[in-house]
Amino acid sequence: MTAAKLFRHETILAALTVIAMIVLASLSDKFFTAENLLNQGRLMAEVGLISLAMTFVIVTGGIDLSVGSILGLTAILLGVFWKNLGLPLPAAILLAMVCGTFAGFVNGLIITRFSVPPLIATLATLALYRGLAEGISEARSVRGYPEWFFFFGQGEVLGVPFQLWVLGIATAIAAVILGLTPFGRATYATGANEVAARFSGIRVNAAKLWIYTASGFCAALAAVIFVSRVTTTRSDMGTGLELDAITAVVLGGTSIFGGRGTIIGTALGLILIQALKNGLALSGVKGDGTIVVIGLVLIGAILVGALFDRNRGG
Amino acid sequence: MSGAAFSPGRSNLQRFLSGYGQEIVVLLSIAALFAVVGAVNPRFLSDTNINSIFAGNAYIAIAAIGMSMIIMAGHIDVSVGALIGVIATIAGTLAVKGYPIWMAWSVPIIFAIAVNAAVGTLVAYTRIPSIVVTLGMLSILKGGLISATQGEWITNMPAEFMIAQMRPFGIPSAVWFMVALTIIAALFLRYTDFGRSIYAVGGNMEAARAAGINPERTVIGVFALHGLFAGIAGILFATQLQVIQSTVPPNLELTIITASVIGGVSILGGTGTVIGSTLAAILFACIGSALIFLNVSAYWLRAVLGLMILATVLADMVRRRRDK
Repeated sequence: MTAAKLFRHETILAALTVIAMIVLASLSDKFFTAENLLNQGRLMAEVGLISLAMTFVIVTGGIDLSVGSILGLTAILLGVFWKNLGLPLPAAILLAMVCGTFAGFVNGLIITRFSVPPLIATLATLALYRGLAEGISEARSVRGYPEWFFFFGQGEVLGVPFQLWVLGIATAIAAVILGLTPFGRATYATGANEVAARFSGIRVNAAKLWIYTASGFCAALAAVIFVSRVTTTRSDMGTGLELDAITAVVLGGTSIFGGRGTIIGTALGLILIQALKNGLALSGVKGDGTIVVIGLVLIGAILVGALFDRNRGG
Repeated sequence: MSGAAFSPGRSNLQRFLSGYGQEIVVLLSIAALFAVVGAVNPRFLSDTNINSIFAGNAYIAIAAIGMSMIIMAGHIDVSVGALIGVIATIAGTLAVKGYPIWMAWSVPIIFAIAVNAAVGTLVAYTRIPSIVVTLGMLSILKGGLISATQGEWITNMPAEFMIAQMRPFGIPSAVWFMVALTIIAALFLRYTDFGRSIYAVGGNMEAARAAGINPERTVIGVFALHGLFAGIAGILFATQLQVIQSTVPPNLELTIITASVIGGVSILGGTGTVIGSTLAAILFACIGSALIFLNVSAYWLRAVLGLMILATVLADMVRRRRDK
C-alpha cells in the first residue's frame, strides 16, 4: 500500500513540477530569480482563484464554462457603475462583485432547478454573460481609475504581491473546506454517486447551488484583481480563462467524472502550467506556442489518468 | 425520433407537429422576422441583403449539420471554430503557393477528417469526455494556427479557387452546398443503418451495444463525418471573401452549437434533425442582420444568442419532465 500512496497523482505531479523547474532554470538564468517567480505568482492569481472553485465544481461531476465571461461582465460592470453611474469606486467594486456572484448563482439555479447538464447550461451563460458585457460596454473601455485601486493588482505586502496573498489564503480555505468539512464530503459524495448521495440525506442541490455561486464569486474577485492589474476594463477580458482553469484542475488529478480530486493537486497543476508558460516564453517560444503545449499537456494528463484508472479498476 | 411521434390515437397533424415541432417554430420565426423587419425597413428584403444572409452564413449551417450529428450521438465539439480557421488557412496557403486547385480544396478536408477521427478515437476508446478532448484540441489548433501564420492575412488567391463566390444557375454555390448537404444528411440519418445507429448510441449506449451496434466505431465515424462537414464549411469560409484572416473566427463554435441546439437537437443526445439546425443557422443570420436594420447595436447579438440557447434548453428540459 505504501507504494500505491507514493505514486499518488499529487506526488507524481510534485515531482514533475520540480523537474520542470530545474529544466527551465537551466534553460534560462532569468527563470529562477525571486523577481520572476513573484511576478509569475502575480499572473497566476486570477486563474488560480477561478481554479479553486472549479475544483469543487468538477468534483461534483459538473463543469463551469462561463467563468471567463463572468470575469468580463464583472469587469465591465465595475467600470460602468463607477464611470457612467457615478458611484464611488468602493461601492462600484462591491456591486459589480455582487452581480458576478449572482451570475454564478443563476448558473446554479439553472443546473439544479431545471436539471440542465452543467456543460450546456454554462455554455449558454458563457454566451449570455459575454454578450451582456459586450452590449453594456459597446466596446468602449474604461480607464482613469484612482491610484489606490491599483493596489489590488500591483501592490505588495511584505514584498509579496497582494493577490498572491489572496490566492494563498483562498487556497488554504478551499483546501480545508474540501478536505475536512461535512460540506467537502458532501461535494465528493455528490460527484461519486449523486443518487446514492441523495438517498443518504445529503442536500445535493443546495451543495451545487453554493458551489456554482462560489464559482461566480471567485470569477468576480479575479475580475477586480485583473482590472486593477491592467488598469483598464474591456469586454473581452477573461476570454478563454475557463480552459486554463479546467486544465489546471484536471492536470491536478481531479477526475472529470467527479468524485475525486484535491485542492493541493489543483495548486500543483496551476504552478506547473504557469512555470511551463513562463519558462517556454523565456527560452524563446512564442506566446501562441505555449497554448499548444497546454493543450497537449491537458490531453496527455487525462490520457495517463484514464490508463492508470483502468489498471486500478482491473 | 421523439417517442411521442409513435403514440397511437393521435391525428396525423398532431403526429407531424410533435415530430417536427422545433423545426416549425424556427421556420415561423424566420418568416415572422422577415415580415416584421421588412415592414420596418424594406431594404432588409433587398436582393443584396438576402444574398448576404444566405450565402454568407451557409458555412455555419453546414458545420452545424456535423455538429448536430455529434450532439445526437451524445457528444460535443468545442474545437470546430478553430478547425475551420485552420482549414481555411491551409486551403488559402495551398492555393496561393500554386498547388492545383483540387488539392487546395481536398487536402484541408482530408486533414479535418483525420483530426476529428483522432479526436473520435480518443473519445471512444479512452472514455475521456469529448468536452475535454476538444478543449485540448481547441488550444492546439488555435495556438498552432497563430504561431504558424503570425496572424498574416492571405490575399491574391486565384479566381478559380473561390468556390463560394461561384454562382451556378444564378444562385451562390454556398447556398447550393447548404441545401444539398442538408438533404443528403437528413436522408442519411433516416434511412441508413449508420445514420440510425447515431441516434441509438446517443439515446442509450448500452442498449445500442445490446442491439448489435458497435458504439466505439459509431462515435469515430460520427466524428470523422463531422470533420468532413467542417472541412467543407472551412473551404466555403476560405473562399467567400478576398482575404483569409488566418485567425480563429471568434465564437464560431458557439454559433454552430447554438444552431444545432435551437434547431431541435436535444442536448441529452438521441433526438434531433439536421433540417432544424440548418433552419436555425439561417434564423441567426437573419437576427444578426435584422439587428443592424433595426438600428440595434450589433454588440447585443451575442447576448441574444445566449438567451436563445438558454430558452431552448430550458424548454427542452421542461418538455422532457412533462413527457415522463
